[in-house]
Amino acid sequence: MAATGLFLCIFLLGHLAGNLQLFMTDEAGKLQFNEYAKFMTTFPAVKILSYLTYFSIVFHAIDGLLLTLKNRKARPVGYAYSRPDKNSSFPARNMAILGSLMLVFIVLHMSNFWVKMHWGELNVDIWLDANGNRDLHSVVMHSFKQLWYVIVYALCMVAIGFHLWHGFQSGFQSLGLNHPRYTPIVEKTGYAFAVIVPALFGIIPVYIYFFG
Amino acid sequence: MCQFENGAFQKKESSNFDFSISKFSNYQIFKLVTMNLKLKIWRQKGPKDNGKMVDYPISGISPDMSFLEMMDVLNDQLVEKGDLPVAFDHDCREGICGSCSMYINGEPHGPGRGITTCQLHMRSFTDGDTIHIEPWRAAAFPVIKDLVTDRSAFDRIIQAGGFISVNSGSPVDANAIPIDKHDSDRAFDAATCIGCGACVAACKNASAMLFTSAKVSHLSLLPQGQVEARDRVLAMINQMDEEGFGNCTNTGACEVECPKGISIENIARMNRQYLGAAISYSPPKATGGGD
Ligand code: SF4
Ligand code: FES
Repeated sequence: MAATGLFLCIFLLGHLAGNLQLFMTDEAGKLQFNEYAKFMTTFPAVKILSYLTYFSIVFHAIDGLLLTLKNRKARPVGYAYSRPDKNSSFPARNMAILGSLMLVFIVLHMSNFWVKMHWGELNVDIWLDANGNRDLHSVVMHSFKQLWYVIVYALCMVAIGFHLWHGFQSGFQSLGLNHPRYTPIVEKTGYAFAVIVPALFGIIPVYIYFFG
Repeated sequence: MCQFENGAFQKKESSNFDFSISKFSNYQIFKLVTMNLKLKIWRQKGPKDNGKMVDYPISGISPDMSFLEMMDVLNDQLVEKGDLPVAFDHDCREGICGSCSMYINGEPHGPGRGITTCQLHMRSFTDGDTIHIEPWRAAAFPVIKDLVTDRSAFDRIIQAGGFISVNSGSPVDANAIPIDKHDSDRAFDAATCIGCGACVAACKNASAMLFTSAKVSHLSLLPQGQVEARDRVLAMINQMDEEGFGNCTNTGACEVECPKGISIENIARMNRQYLGAAISYSPPKATGGGD
């Protein structure tokens, strides 16, 4: 869980760097973004990384599911009255639920952009841009003009934020990377990561909805 | 008139006594107030019984009683009525044996930090409170009766590797082996684990990682324990899994509820040692007779 989780954190940073280009909603931005999208789907080194990412997501999800089932079995009879809020945080106790939400989101997300970028028909009028690249930019703009999608996207970013709030530093702890001097730094970095990264992801659709 | 209420000495407006309350502020004066409580206790006749929560109203409880004394009062009343007393584990009644396992109002050892149930006092509750009392819940800690669970799984984890093999002989000079003060302090901190099982009870996964890591750490931090460190960590974790404890997801609940303040730093240390041993080491198979 830890290794794949932390790898996925790095992936999120890369993904975010790409997404931030979507703040350029004009024609030049569109051409640049589509060029970038083409590069990301064709460049061999990126391909390897992307397979590593798919693997990490699948492994993280399956391992998480097995872990949750096993942990449930470790307490077959629960407490009649329990106050876990007194000793642990909400995200820490709900990683499985938050993770499942994210999985649903990833499926939705992939079917929207990723499948279309790789194989599908781009569901808008023009599906090649002026440079002859697949026009993912327009698909994104189109999607983020739909209010329901913007809301779902933003809510999922909240779930990711909670998941990361616990997951980031938990990954280090599981790998045994705990040190009196560095652990507080890791924790603070994790909290900052959990707030800033999903917030930036989430602002993009909102921005496009209102100003795109 | 003066009256004692909730442990505080209060002077009424109408008083014609004229002495300063501050004179008494350093003293815990007796309290006249007693409490009435609603107890909800898990009753289970034996390992196979389904068990259920049963209500027991109780009155006349002094805030100065320990929680176990309150249980004694209840049991006296039950015996007088001809009912079976509530079975619960206890021994030292001073926070060192780790027997007094009770899940009180949703937390192991009840409210308060760094204490066992025997160190919990009734002044932590207020008159009229409802108090839920349950046994530790974990597949690896089956209920024997009422609040008593079988915690021998912990013993088996220790037997799997929580020791050092030395030939006894004449005592070694105290300072023969130099040990870093910080290491000896951390080893001692880990060694204060009393094996109460609150960590398992608190953990949403019923994981025994805090206990096991305390036992692994207090030996491996010292030079004498390093000889068998790799075998120890592999064997103890293996035994922990076999007993049916859950996996650690780092919620940190164990550390909060541990009466001895055992830190989850120990869990990280154990993870580190386990990863190292699992990757680099395969325990030699014994081939017998000095091979
Ligand atoms: S680690 Fe703490 S809570 Fe767990 S058994 Fe030891 S003393 Fe009890
Ligand atoms: S009875 Fe020994 S610790 Fe409570």
